[in-house]
Amino acid sequence: MLKIENLHVYYGGIHALRGINMEVADGQIISLIGANGAGKSTTLKAIMSLVAKPSGYIEFNGVDLSKMQTRDIVKQGIVLCPEGRRVFPDLTVEENLTMGAYLRKDKDEIRKDREWVYELFPRMRERTWQLAGTLSGGEQQMLAVGRALMARPKLLMLDEPSLGLAPLIIKDIFAIIKEINNAGVNVLLIEQNAKAALEISHFAYVMETGLITMSGSGRELLKDDRVRSAYLGE
Amino acid sequence: MTKKSKNICSVIAALVLVVLLICSYEFTSSSSMLRSVLQLGAIYALAAASMNLLNGVTGLFSLGQAGFMAVGAYTFAIFTIPVEKKAGVYYLYGVADGLSDIALPAFFGLLIAGLMAALLAAIIGAPVLRLKSDYFAIATLGFAEIVRILVASSPFNRITNGSLGLKAIPSFSNLFGVIPAYFVPFIVVAVCISLMVLLIKSSYGRAFKAIREDEIAAEAMGINLAKHKRMSFIISSFFAGISGALLAQFLGAVQSTTFPLSMTYNILLIVVIGGMGSITGSILSAFLVTAAKEWWLRFLDVEQFIGDFQVPFLRTGFRMVVFSVILMVVVLFWRRGIMGNKEFSWDSVYHFFTKKKKKAALLAEDAEGGAVNE
Repeated sequence: MLKIENLHVYYGGIHALRGINMEVADGQIISLIGANGAGKSTTLKAIMSLVAKPSGYIEFNGVDLSKMQTRDIVKQGIVLCPEGRRVFPDLTVEENLTMGAYLRKDKDEIRKDREWVYELFPRMRERTWQLAGTLSGGEQQMLAVGRALMARPKLLMLDEPSLGLAPLIIKDIFAIIKEINNAGVNVLLIEQNAKAALEISHFAYVMETGLITMSGSGRELLKDDRVRSAYLGE
Repeated sequence: MTKKSKNICSVIAALVLVVLLICSYEFTSSSSMLRSVLQLGAIYALAAASMNLLNGVTGLFSLGQAGFMAVGAYTFAIFTIPVEKKAGVYYLYGVADGLSDIALPAFFGLLIAGLMAALLAAIIGAPVLRLKSDYFAIATLGFAEIVRILVASSPFNRITNGSLGLKAIPSFSNLFGVIPAYFVPFIVVAVCISLMVLLIKSSYGRAFKAIREDEIAAEAMGINLAKHKRMSFIISSFFAGISGALLAQFLGAVQSTTFPLSMTYNILLIVVIGGMGSITGSILSAFLVTAAKEWWLRFLDVEQFIGDFQVPFLRTGFRMVVFSVILMVVVLFWRRGIMGNKEFSWDSVYHFFTKKKKKAALLAEDAEGGAVNE
């Protein structure tokens, strides 16, 4: 459904992405692993047109995204859940979720989706009126994912959902990512926690300094020696 | 609280306010301090609320408020000074040809004042809104100064009357022949602020807040940053223009020196004391600050004697010293202002009175939990 061809991004003089080619097939969880500064977040931002002048071709369900504005890309059904959670701290949990559905007009469906988010994250229902800034890190991450889901994405892109969270909560988050995928949402996942990411992904790409150096199914990469030594610490 | 009981409370509160306002009219003379402080407070409430829409709700820190108010005040004055008085007002330079026969009713004057300020905001918004935080503040500050200098400059003598300023601006007049002139500014301000509150409660308002909280996340939600910032800037300026026009009516005369930089700071101060992002806070603090500054602290400006002892320091201007100290205390100990960024709601009143009970209950629970853990 998503196809990226020869994607380049420059930050001033730095050549951050040096010709990325990748594909996200329908119904899958795809993950993108790699070290800090490899260009993972930049790839997601380039897809959302959140960086200046990316060059290359990006296609989503047959529609060319490369010349589109961010808001039109959101309308196409791609939603980014940005790194570091970025919930709106002085808005309540409920208002944060409402913001997620900003571009939608179908009130009844929005209400249904909110119920679904509350089922996925029961803690959010308990905290509807709490300001998002007062939630714990894990809860904020759940809210950020819930907010992204409120846009009813066809493709949900998660940037480091496990960043700075306790191991038990990371487990919860990954279980929920699987559940979201089972509900029919494609997921493109960026993770430092390579093991957890590879375990749940159907397919994965490995990035190094702006290039994709390896790709394969999650299970294949878990067994690959180079991946094991570089990213799994074995 | 149920929705119905909240509505009943709101209606009662509104009635009480209206009755109090009518009392302030019935039981005072036309020259009373209470009347002018209330009117001025209302005008500042509108100015502060419009500034809050931009600074508090959208998070764009603008310092151009006085400029937009000046534009509104001058526009109103130019279009509403009665034809027969124009020759007297423009006695030195003469009046521009197109303007000599124009004298609009106050309502249209207000509307044009607002639209003029909005138009100017639309024009300068395009370049200025590309700037971030401090730079945006400096650019808008510069704009306000440019306006102030331009209206007093000689090329516009036949329109703005140069440094002489404009006089004979018609004051508030009876509405529909039934409502006394005294109430007119309150009605205008109430209508304008209600419109702003409706805007803030709409999905546009939520988008403004999202931009304030986190621009990148807001953009990732699909919010059109440039459009919403521009909209907030233009709407805020529109209401600033109207508040400037009301001030012109209240004062009866305007000059470029009526809108110095300190005017912007005064309004900013009202916004900060009321709470950034809270319209109700701005309204409350507008009345409090105006009353304190113009009325309650006046006694500090005259020499006072206790028996034979003359209280030291008291002389003209000392009131502002005390006022500034009060301000510092407020900012030090009450950093988020009277209302924080919350709006008034009956729920919060209800919680305020029931909170103590709940807190005690929570404490008791914690103590029990602690005991179990041990």
